[in-house]
Amino acid sequence: MNKKTERLAARINERFGAAAELLHGAGGELTLIVRPAELVEVATVLRDEAGLEFAMLVDVAAVDYLTYGMDEWKTLKATESGFSRGVMRGSPPVSPDTPRRFAVAYHLMSIGLNQRLRVLCYPEPGDPPRLPSVTDVWPSANWFEREAFDLFGILFDGHPDLRRILTDYGFIGHPFRKDFPLSGQVEVRYDPEQQRVVYEPVDIEPRTLVPRVIRTDHRYDPALKD
Amino acid sequence: MAEIRNFTMNFGPQHPAAHGVLRLVLEMEGETIQKADPHIGLLHRGTEKLAESKPYNQSIGYMDRLDYTSMMCNEHAYVLAIEKLLGIVPPLRAQYIRVMFDEITRILNHLMWLGAHGLDIGAMTMFLYCFREREDLMDCYEAVSGTRMHATYYRPGGVHRDLPLEMPKYEASRFRSKKNIDRLNMARSGSMLDFIEDFTDRFPACVDEYETLLTDNRIWKQRTVNIGVVSPERAIALGFTGPMLRGSGVAWDLRKKQPYEVYREMDFDIPVGVNGDCYDRYLVRIEELRQSNRIVRQCVKWLRENPGAISIDDHKIVPPRRVEMKDDMESLIHHFKLYTEGYCVPEGEVYAAIEGPKGEFGCYMVSDGANKPYRVKLRAPGFVHMSALDEMVRGHMLADVVAVIGTIDVVFGEVDR
Repeated sequence: MNKKTERLAARINERFGAAAELLHGAGGELTLIVRPAELVEVATVLRDEAGLEFAMLVDVAAVDYLTYGMDEWKTLKATESGFSRGVMRGSPPVSPDTPRRFAVAYHLMSIGLNQRLRVLCYPEPGDPPRLPSVTDVWPSANWFEREAFDLFGILFDGHPDLRRILTDYGFIGHPFRKDFPLSGQVEVRYDPEQQRVVYEPVDIEPRTLVPRVIRTDHRYDPALKD
Repeated sequence: MAEIRNFTMNFGPQHPAAHGVLRLVLEMEGETIQKADPHIGLLHRGTEKLAESKPYNQSIGYMDRLDYTSMMCNEHAYVLAIEKLLGIVPPLRAQYIRVMFDEITRILNHLMWLGAHGLDIGAMTMFLYCFREREDLMDCYEAVSGTRMHATYYRPGGVHRDLPLEMPKYEASRFRSKKNIDRLNMARSGSMLDFIEDFTDRFPACVDEYETLLTDNRIWKQRTVNIGVVSPERAIALGFTGPMLRGSGVAWDLRKKQPYEVYREMDFDIPVGVNGDCYDRYLVRIEELRQSNRIVRQCVKWLRENPGAISIDDHKIVPPRRVEMKDDMESLIHHFKLYTEGYCVPEGEVYAAIEGPKGEFGCYMVSDGANKPYRVKLRAPGFVHMSALDEMVRGHMLADVVAVIGTIDVVFGEVDR
């Protein structure tokens, strides 16, 4: 981590103190974890105060932690069931390690300081998950929040126009949630008898060509690195 | 007296000026736009969700298909994110190759933009001129990766293969005379670097040619000057990046400000606009063509003098050479494991961004230690620029919408993902 990032980290710690948690990630990336109730307030401070000046919101990314850290194939005991061993039908098992299912990452950039910051906010448990909207702080949040609502079903309170954006008109469900199947729920075809496009349940069999495998690799363990 | 009221007009999704599948619902008062509501998502393929179901390397090809006019730049952001998580740095030669192809891609993208933008607002000739030069660069893509567009050339740890020593040549047919073939193949007799160098010699004159057609053209200026003006403060608030931000007068370029690969070694300038209108953004992009050409020349010079490895030597991430596989058991195992299971990436989350031709193309990647990414979020510049369309066209005439769509340089592969 270089001096400039250190200075920024010190400035953030000094300004927010215990109200927000600052993490240092790979490649010197800073992550600030903020509680939903304080999100707009913190965002305004980050944008306006000297030494922070995060005038640009670069990206908003939602994450669904439902199956975090779950592999599909236990590497210790290989099974004899062929390709279908990685296939899971129905809802996936819920990962016990992540009590907070959703997260929204706001990527900020400061043109003046030439710095980046990630603000991470976990909505309170509950369905639908809710977060305050930051469109009043950064206008560019408008479509990003619509996208997160469309794909993950996160409601942003105070958003001026929270409509679906990427999925089809009349789409049901939130496709990027981990319990939404990759092949979707419905398929469309043209029906010559009714002379219109009809929606039907998908008839694609889900299959996994490469199972999800988690291997603990000593090369990435800082304690074992030579 | 007749009653006059606003009416709503539907623009697209099948419209030649919509640059793909854009549906705009325009609220008009006479011929003036009161409000524009873009409906996007007609090309949504769920690239990010697909990437979650595949080993890391198998999604590189999907990145080409996002912004399908700047293919290798998209790959670059994705590959950089993986490399950041793995903590690996590609060898210097691979970095130079990447920078060279990033700039070739920038030229490809800007030529496509210039041609299509010209075509939209009445300069038909531009399209033909631009595609003439694009063809040569596409041949470079083909020579190095085997495909003209969707290259899948960048890999974590380097690039897929070294630059070829010969270029594909035109073959005789009844449509081309011997003399013509010889003329076309003249630049292709040497290696690929010779061909690229020859291109960089020719290209500045081509840019002059485009400029004589457009820069002082009265009609071109009438269609672009003072159209879609964005102030620098507003451009930052709206999240603009790339030529859209620089056109408004903000000197911001990731290649200079947060350099990745070997951009620190390169000598080039960042053009900046003054008025923030469509004409300034046109001028910025034209100058970027010249600057990219300069960078390509510097890369060619370095690559000629410095042969070497094009990917790291770690066979847990990069497959071993085919020759080694024939008589070395360990190489065979490495190859098998890489092409069936892939490699596991340590737990963590990163954001990697590059200066794409359209703006900042970023990749936010969350890994839980598996052989597939847990979540990939791609930050497409077109998506952000598109969201500001409403603000840019308000109060303009209907015909100006086409000029603004053109100046955004919108490609729906990346907007809809």
